[in-house]
Amino acid sequence: MMRSKTRDPKVLLILFAVSLYILLFCIYPIGKLLVQTILPPTGDFASLFMHVVGEKTVQKAIYHTLDASLISAFFSLIIGAIFAFLITLTDIRNKTILVFLLLIPMLIPAQITAVSWLELVSPSGPLVNVLNYFNLQGASNPLYSREGVILLLSIEHAAMVFLALRAGVYTIPANVIEAARSSGATPTGTLFYIILPLMTPFLIAGLALAFVASIGNFGIPALLGIPGRYLVLSTLIYQRLSSFGPSVLESVGILSIILILMAIFGLLVQYIVNKSNKTQMVEGGKINTPFKLGRYRLAVEVASWSFLLFVSILPLIALIKTSLVPALGMDFSLENLTADNFIFAIKNDVSSRAFVNSTFLGIVTALIVALFSVPFAYMSVIRKNKIANFLSMVADAPFALPGIVLSIASIIAFIRPLPLVHFSLYNTIWIIFVAYLARFLAFGMKPVIASMMQIDKSLEEAAQTVGKDSFARIRYIILPQILPSVMAGAVLVFMGAFNELTVSSLLWSVDNETLGVVIYNLYDEGNATGAAAISILTVIVTLLIVSILSFFSRKLPKGTLPWQA
Amino acid sequence: MASIKINSVSKIFDNVAALKDINLEFIDGEFISLLGPSGCGKTTLLRILAGFEEVSDGEVFIGKELVSSKSFHVLPEKRNIGMVFQAYALWPHMSVWENVAFGLKIQKNDKKLIKKKVEEALEVVGLMEYQKRKPSELSGGQKQRVALARCMAMEPSLILFDEPLANLDLNLRESMLEEFKNFHKRLKCTMIYVTHDQGEAMALSDRIAVMGNGTVMQLGTPQEIYHKPVSEEVAKFVGRGMVVDGVVTKNITDQQAEVMILGENFIFRQHKTYLNTGDSVKVSIKSEDLRISSKGIATKVISGIYQGNSWSILLESINDQTTMLKVNSFDAPPKETEVVYIEIKDGWII
Ligand SMILES: Nc1ncnc2c1ncn2[C@@H]1O[C@H](COP(=O)(O)OP(=O)(O)O)[C@@H](O)[C@H]1O
Ligand SMILES: [Mg+2]
Repeated sequence: MMRSKTRDPKVLLILFAVSLYILLFCIYPIGKLLVQTILPPTGDFASLFMHVVGEKTVQKAIYHTLDASLISAFFSLIIGAIFAFLITLTDIRNKTILVFLLLIPMLIPAQITAVSWLELVSPSGPLVNVLNYFNLQGASNPLYSREGVILLLSIEHAAMVFLALRAGVYTIPANVIEAARSSGATPTGTLFYIILPLMTPFLIAGLALAFVASIGNFGIPALLGIPGRYLVLSTLIYQRLSSFGPSVLESVGILSIILILMAIFGLLVQYIVNKSNKTQMVEGGKINTPFKLGRYRLAVEVASWSFLLFVSILPLIALIKTSLVPALGMDFSLENLTADNFIFAIKNDVSSRAFVNSTFLGIVTALIVALFSVPFAYMSVIRKNKIANFLSMVADAPFALPGIVLSIASIIAFIRPLPLVHFSLYNTIWIIFVAYLARFLAFGMKPVIASMMQIDKSLEEAAQTVGKDSFARIRYIILPQILPSVMAGAVLVFMGAFNELTVSSLLWSVDNETLGVVIYNLYDEGNATGAAAISILTVIVTLLIVSILSFFSRKLPKGTLPWQA
Repeated sequence: MASIKINSVSKIFDNVAALKDINLEFIDGEFISLLGPSGCGKTTLLRILAGFEEVSDGEVFIGKELVSSKSFHVLPEKRNIGMVFQAYALWPHMSVWENVAFGLKIQKNDKKLIKKKVEEALEVVGLMEYQKRKPSELSGGQKQRVALARCMAMEPSLILFDEPLANLDLNLRESMLEEFKNFHKRLKCTMIYVTHDQGEAMALSDRIAVMGNGTVMQLGTPQEIYHKPVSEEVAKFVGRGMVVDGVVTKNITDQQAEVMILGENFIFRQHKTYLNTGDSVKVSIKSEDLRISSKGIATKVISGIYQGNSWSILLESINDQTTMLKVNSFDAPPKETEVVYIEIKDGWII
């Protein structure tokens, strides 16, 4: 398979281009962050580290990060596991809609989830009577608190745990469950003695997944935690950098190293568990709703629907309500209804600019990622090139690590004018673009890799024997087969970049705002109605994209869309 | 121990009928095979007996007890049935011992009793010294023996097998067949064995139900379904037999008739006493019933395939080129242009 490797100069060209991409956008910024922090030009790392960690605020933020992430990961696991079992094991009806409802908080960005919940629970929101009843109605929104942060993180990450666990259940052969039933085990007994023990690795991995996502989350702790004086590491970094500027890069670098260590811990747990779990894949039929809910079915359905409508739909309704009234606190009535907020969202300089910026960033990032992902995946999956394999592991880092880390790394790397051209990316839209190239490469490559794995290897070998060079092979043999996945990957990247807040929160500048930043800033300034209107517009775009992708999902190989079964 | 009665059972999956009006009765302690090509509904029928699928119509009785009907369904865990699967379906997180003991523990049996029964079962399948191993540390044959021990420990009234040997290689299959036979002798409970392999079905069964297309085509002893197929489909499926057209020339007794095939007369077995001279009939013939001879049907050789101990020779009738015959011969096939005469020693008028 490798025989023409040295004879084909275009292979070298691909490797060179991909290496350059990874080196410039992934390795260089993160490497520079690490080197500058661990080997500071002035002073030594140990004393600086002790100094930073000695601060009360920092200790608190570390504690809060662990507190919020561990507890929310646990709740995400419970929600995710309950729904994974209900959907895969029982005869609950309308599964497609239930899954879609569960996925909504994952599909819409964290800052919008936060804004919509704040509107739901606000003193003038639809739940005011409930709040009064429980005596929760203080001067400020009860979500501005530790509990608020944990609640929303739990809901936000339940869906990703659900997806991982659902995939886990499907690795258990149906016969294994049937054998337990024949041996006299009831559905509950089978769940506890057979299914849960077999799911243990997936449950641990799911917990670690939600944990890593939570420490990386910015939108929720920023909108809920900052006003609630519940700072986590990502929001502490944000606060320091946005109030003191690049002068605090050194100490903030230390904070991001702590964040990286936490993320690596979580990723390591996932890696080890997944690796030790390879042996269980055995044949014996795919699980097909082995447990009948019988007379409990209606009750279970009512409970599931109530929960999902409450966490997924009600906040969006509150958001719509807010977007349609002239000012916060005004009643939602016919004479109050106004489209002013939407007109504001479209006409206002900042937000219209942000729409243009985010759309632009989304499109160019998607295009460049798509352009590189195909030859990159080709080298790694089909030609099994060692360098490409290594690079694809490296490319995972900027996506797996907390976004705020990438954000700082980008500042450190690109604050100085670039050599030769004497032009600094800092304070331009290009620094966001460059960071997105790092952030979304792995994300956009996943579908491409998934579909390339399914290509018949003999096709490529046949093409080699007729002597086509690798560009021609990609163009005429590989690309036609994987085009739907490449497009799906690009659309996913667009969706991610369009909704992005964490990375751009530190990189934006006047004229170069993203939608996420504008929603956050507007809400922070007290313009909840404006923030709501912009949120609604971006949610519409997002859900439109999701529906289009889902509509075409039959054309896509398994594993292309993150939410596919 | 239990007799089985399957009464007009149908099963429809999303508008597709997997089973159509199945009627079967098995005696207590019988070893029954469900034999048929892949997709004919064997597994579905087995899963209905086990309680994993509900019936769309009809009734199933185990012993005297109704277990399935359109409006009534006994759950699998309440049926006291053992099941052995093609892919073993051992619980990978439990040791051999725990696999065998699981059902007894679920029943909250006394510890001593569990120990006694598990040891007994492991002794029978010869896996005592493997009791601490995990299923992943066993070979395919050993895994299937653990599955047998797991059934045995529960003392079920009915054991269901779904192609339990399909994952094993040829040599192992032979020895497992022996093991299944001994197992049946020892347990004396009713066993239903799904397979698409006639050899297995013939070797093990008291009776075989030949299935096709969601129906039972014939229920009979191995000898009956081999020598007295009731239909062209059964005749062709069992023993890969041939079915040729003929015309009755003489009704000899109620057991025998003379039939002309391709211009030659032969005597075949029958049970249709109402046959008349001149009737068109179909005759089931197995290749071992054909002999190359100096007289008989004139044919020429199409091909010969060496099978280790004999040749399987494909012949084409010279008078009627649409009729093919297959002969087993210990001698190498004659040259392809040569005319070969075929005598038919035995056959069954369908
Ligand atoms: N759960 C199911 N849903 C839909 N169709 C099924 C299901 N199980 C079996 N079938 C269909 O019923 C028919 C019989 O299947 P099966 O009983 O597995 O056949 P066999 O075991 O003889 O190979 C097949 O056409 C199969 O596709
Ligand atoms: Mg089958």
